[in-house]
Amino acid sequence: MSTIASLRVGEIGYISEESLDSIPLKLLEMGCLPGAEVKLIQIAPLKDPLYICVNDSHLAIRKETASKIKILKSE
Amino acid sequence: MSKIDIKVALIGNPNTGKTSLFNQLTGLNQKVGNYPGVTVDKKTGISKLSATQNAIITDLPGTYSINPTSIDESIVLKTLLKKDIKESPDVILVVADVENLKRNLLLFSQIKDLEIPTVLVINMADQMARKGISIDLSILKKELNTEVVLVSARKNEGIEDVKAAIIRCHVAAKASPLCGINHQIDPDYFKKLKEISPNYSLYQLWLMVTQNNFPDTITKEEKQNLVAFKKDAFKLKKYQHKETIYRYQEINKILKKTYLIDKSKATDLRGKLDKVFTHKIFGYVFFFLILLVIFQSIFDLASVPMDFIDSTFAELADFAKSNLPNGVLTDLLTEGIIPGIGGVIIFIPQIAILFLFIAILEETGYMSRVVFLMDKIMRRYGMNGKSIIPLISGTACAIPAIMATRTIGSWKERLITILVTPFTTCSARLPVYAILIGLIIPDNKIFGFLNLQGLVLLFLYGLGFATAILAAYILHKTLNIKSKSFFVIEMPNYKLPSFKNVFFEVVEKTKAFVFGAGKIILALSIVLWFLASNGGDAYKNSEKLIIENVDYQHLSDVELQQKIASAKLENSYIGSMGKAIEPAIKPLGYDWKIGIALITSFAAREVFVGTLATIYSVQADDENTTTIKQKMASEVNETGGKLFNFPVGMSLMIFYAFAMQCMATLAIVKRETKTWKWPLIQLFGMGLLAYVASFLTYQILS
Repeated sequence: MSTIASLRVGEIGYISEESLDSIPLKLLEMGCLPGAEVKLIQIAPLKDPLYICVNDSHLAIRKETASKIKILKSE
Repeated sequence: MSKIDIKVALIGNPNTGKTSLFNQLTGLNQKVGNYPGVTVDKKTGISKLSATQNAIITDLPGTYSINPTSIDESIVLKTLLKKDIKESPDVILVVADVENLKRNLLLFSQIKDLEIPTVLVINMADQMARKGISIDLSILKKELNTEVVLVSARKNEGIEDVKAAIIRCHVAAKASPLCGINHQIDPDYFKKLKEISPNYSLYQLWLMVTQNNFPDTITKEEKQNLVAFKKDAFKLKKYQHKETIYRYQEINKILKKTYLIDKSKATDLRGKLDKVFTHKIFGYVFFFLILLVIFQSIFDLASVPMDFIDSTFAELADFAKSNLPNGVLTDLLTEGIIPGIGGVIIFIPQIAILFLFIAILEETGYMSRVVFLMDKIMRRYGMNGKSIIPLISGTACAIPAIMATRTIGSWKERLITILVTPFTTCSARLPVYAILIGLIIPDNKIFGFLNLQGLVLLFLYGLGFATAILAAYILHKTLNIKSKSFFVIEMPNYKLPSFKNVFFEVVEKTKAFVFGAGKIILALSIVLWFLASNGGDAYKNSEKLIIENVDYQHLSDVELQQKIASAKLENSYIGSMGKAIEPAIKPLGYDWKIGIALITSFAAREVFVGTLATIYSVQADDENTTTIKQKMASEVNETGGKLFNFPVGMSLMIFYAFAMQCMATLAIVKRETKTWKWPLIQLFGMGLLAYVASFLTYQILS
């Protein structure tokens, strides 16, 4: 199954319902909710952290966190 | 009828323009504590609401929710849970950014559940048309059951509406919750929770349980009952997750009725700028260029006003000396107070320039990109991307920098950042560097535009930064602290900096620095002057001894006076202290006069220049008052060469680069770490490093 960390730059996914428990409360509060659209905007020069846009929030999170959040790709 | 001021708390997500609104509401009526010893957790200001009413506005740190994950955010929670009449707010203003209304409403919904009267202030309304956003204000007011105001704080639009809303809201008194957490998640559980105390709202009780944060006003029994709810940690976490999702569902329902956004109108300026600023190579190049510009400006731009201040104070002392009657008070004024104050005032240009650049970088949103670029690198050294902000702010002053570590969630990363920040070159080192560089480095241009003195300064900044990183690495490997590292940062939209915000920031920080440091320096100057103008028997006899000395019989009157003055200083109290430590500092290349400056500048580095000024003023003949720099340049050592030669100057600069000479920083580290252990480790560790490094520098260069 794909996670936010497996997105390519510019690609879009939807946060899956089953990853609810692995999303930190802080990220939930910032809009990383199950069902939300998430787009990978950029990867930092040293491959980490990731710059994402989710629920209209522009956030940078670490790869480690991103790899715990499962997504469904649009295709 | 006496009027009662309304207490208003300003709360909101970071980057919503909270500070702009605060500045517009309060103008120049702001109160910010000085650094040494005074807590600067929150800013307060007074706003005139109407002819008869004022509001006391408290600006709280930016937060995404009231479930804190950093010290900064827990300050917000603490303020809200206080039932103490004096501190709890009467009205809360929640500031939201029109573009991120959904996320901002999450915080609003939590605040609303505290059942305190709340006004929703939607900021940046001037952007609505451009971004294709429309809001039906009357429906939003009804749905949220609160006052809603549209403003553009930067353009000073809608501020009067905010004031009117505060008054209306204050009169309306008790507010009702918006989302009511009880019925959706587990009605039985929350019913039992509510039964614990009638004095708090359900949501306040829930926060006490989940955040383990109990106000002083709660009774022992109530607390015991609340603690029982904490037992099932898994359940708590699950309910918090459910609560958040439920809140978003409600918010979505409301926004659907009132908020429209036409995505086609969104411009992609952010994307284009991000491509450059976070680019693999250009990102770092750009960052380095910015740093270079900052340091060149500090040296080049600030030198003109600094020279002016320097000579003005020399003239002032001269003027006072020739126009006031001779006596002890005049001596105190011309040899202690005036040079002492001059030694503080002279930093204003450099500090202001530094704070100006830092304020602009923060305001534009660029700082978040730096955090993004640096996170991976900083992690290797036991810090995180957010540590870069304290490290950069540390170039102005370590005190606000150490307070800026409060946004770092992990204790270990935060502690390491606190411990190494004093290595970054703060502005108190600048006058020391500036005067020494001026004495030992020629004022040449390289490639026609790079100032050689500026480059040496850049090297010293680099040295401080590299040492900070190295020290962090050592601490990272040796400190055995377990703490979870979690990192998330918002990348705000790029903004043009607001002149008013930058101006207030620069004025406020410079003022706090000058008055904070100024008090210490002035007091020390007076003590110093006293210690330098008094002494034991040897001091009192020095005039007689010099005049009676056969070797000096051929000297002119002026030369004789100078000999007397030197002998007096040498035998004064402070001279004896300097003499006492001379054996220890001789291997570093310093004489007892520099020793005196070392002793006094342990309180604060900038005292160094003031001390030398006082020493040389006491010693100087009365005829002409030259600037400190000229006096230092004409000092000679035992062999007759310049005292401040290249090896001595470098050794001194290295000493000042490493030694922990700032009482105020030690006090703030004690406060932030809640123990004397860490400031003492800093004091002795950095002192040892300074001694060894300057010893090596002097021995190798000479």
